[in-house]
Amino acid sequence: MGDASTSAKGDLKLSNLTKSFGDFIAVDNLDLVIPEGSFFALLGPSGCGKTTTLRMIAGLEEPTAGSIHVGATDITYERPYKRPVNTVFQNYALFPHLSIFENVAFGLRRRGIKDVKEQVDKVLDLVELPHLAERKPNQLSGGQQQRIAVARAIVNRPALLLLDEPLGALDLKLRRQMQIELKWIQTEIGLTFVHVTHDQEEAMTMADTIAVMNEGRIEQMGSPADLYDNPKTTFVANFLGQSNLIKGSIESNGADSLVVNLFGQKIGVPRARSSAKDSSILVGIRPEKLRILPEGEATHGNILPGGVISDVSYIGVSTQYQVEMPWGQELMVFEQNDDGIAPLDKGDRVTLSWEPIFTFGLDGREDATAGSEVHVDEEE
Amino acid sequence: MAFLQAVAKKGETSTKRRSLLPYLLLLPGMVWLIFFFLLPILTLVSTSTKTPGLGIGEFDQTYRFANFWDALVNSHTQFLRSFVYAGIATFAALLIAYPLAYAIAFKSGRWKNVLLVLVVAPFFTSFILRTIAWKQILGGQGIGFKALVWLHIVGADSHVTASTFAVIAGLTYNFLPFMTLPLYSSLERIDPRTMEASGDLYANALTTFRKVTLPLSMPGVVAGTLLTFIPAAGDYVNAEILGNPNTKMIGNVINSRYLQIVDYPTAAALSFTLMVAILIVVTLYIRKAGTEDLV
Repeated sequence: MGDASTSAKGDLKLSNLTKSFGDFIAVDNLDLVIPEGSFFALLGPSGCGKTTTLRMIAGLEEPTAGSIHVGATDITYERPYKRPVNTVFQNYALFPHLSIFENVAFGLRRRGIKDVKEQVDKVLDLVELPHLAERKPNQLSGGQQQRIAVARAIVNRPALLLLDEPLGALDLKLRRQMQIELKWIQTEIGLTFVHVTHDQEEAMTMADTIAVMNEGRIEQMGSPADLYDNPKTTFVANFLGQSNLIKGSIESNGADSLVVNLFGQKIGVPRARSSAKDSSILVGIRPEKLRILPEGEATHGNILPGGVISDVSYIGVSTQYQVEMPWGQELMVFEQNDDGIAPLDKGDRVTLSWEPIFTFGLDGREDATAGSEVHVDEEE
Repeated sequence: MAFLQAVAKKGETSTKRRSLLPYLLLLPGMVWLIFFFLLPILTLVSTSTKTPGLGIGEFDQTYRFANFWDALVNSHTQFLRSFVYAGIATFAALLIAYPLAYAIAFKSGRWKNVLLVLVVAPFFTSFILRTIAWKQILGGQGIGFKALVWLHIVGADSHVTASTFAVIAGLTYNFLPFMTLPLYSSLERIDPRTMEASGDLYANALTTFRKVTLPLSMPGVVAGTLLTFIPAAGDYVNAEILGNPNTKMIGNVINSRYLQIVDYPTAAALSFTLMVAILIVVTLYIRKAGTEDLV
């Protein structure tokens, strides 16, 4: 077979990719390059278009407009079985009537590969389940089925491996373990992985690059650390981890830093980390970057006095505080329990402070709550 | 201590009661089977070895097992014909029902329930009425006949009714829902993602059907063919209404032996033989289809 299923190699390139179902635009003019060999995550809440994007790459949905290339090969309208792409489906979709061996051998047999047994044995060794070859899928545990689903796909050495919420059906502990294993497998065989998930922690653990999707568009793309430290929109700030977003106005515009008035307090924001369009700004600070001190104690950096603790949750490694500010907003503070000092109590008056470099600025006209109501554990 | 014993005893009686429950639940069905299946079968077997007595309709038990041999010698043609007709009708029904069930299961969207009701709708009228209607449809002025002529399957001056074709067509039509419903239910249970996975793993549509869809629907195929073949093999209505003297099936022979000739022993011998023959065919078929985790 001289078709794209074996020949195409290279970066995955989506250009102006659009998919609409009637009036509903699931994927809106998506432009994306996924470099060969990378572990790429499409992260977003249910209905954000990430699964539709994946299905278009796999050939299970036809795009309304735009194109998909692997290297120089256009696969936009190629039949699924002719694409250099394999998928690990959400509920694995193993063939219930075939043995594990035949499940894994399925793709090889269809392509008329000669040394089926050798290759299947090798990949079963890779996923550490060679002893299950003669079993049927329903005799396997969820975690084992998941690994077989991965084995069935990677045995074909596709240019691109698509993973559709691959860990969604596993319990938390197994999920953590599989995250590490998947990452290891990807490094081991060096394929391009495109991973779709709504679990931000999963995406951050495994992926080199994350694209955060919302309403059919990519909100922001970057390394996990970059997205976490420099969110460009309120959606990203709230969806990836948690953020305190405080409304303010820019009073002066320095060379390196902005001076922002937050309800009467002047604080500094690094200029490079602000995406405010005019004087209206949302100042963002991650909860673990905030220091919390009893009122009157000396501190430094950006300071917000006058808070009252409204809730305390002690969770072992850290203590989480809800602090009500004079303007009525509740801010969240995570403090490491590493100083041997007993946590503060509910009702205590406190001063919050943080280093200016940890501050990011967002466009003040955005909805400060976007992305925060999305429940991370919901199933698609 | 006494309290613990009391608790233990209570536990005992409740497990005892629980172990009786299955039998209680079985009771109505067992009673039904004894009165309406086992006793009639025993009567049938005992009638089959009787010989005529003095009056018409009176028979004496003489244990004449040669009745079976006589019956087979006289009716083996109809016997064989029944199985051939039922076999062809079952195969035809499978060919018609499979795409139909497939379309309802995977392609019908919100019309699914409407289509399922339509599959069952013929049952709202009587079996015999519908078969008589087919006589009209396939008759010289019927739309079925005209359609066949238009398709050049038959000549305009030919006869379609009172023929082998009409009987098999009738059987196929009448038992089609029994084929369609089990097929639908086993197709509908297939996770469509397994078919997508097949396509994803380099199988084209035909290979996906051969390697994934068909094997996964085998329980439905086996159930549907059995539910079609068994009643079709014993049917006499289609041959009676749509056939001619040369298309008589074993059901017609039993019917006429029983009601017209009043030869109960022969009718009973034929019925019993038919039952055993179907049982053998079905057992062989299930063995061959090899679906132990069936239905």
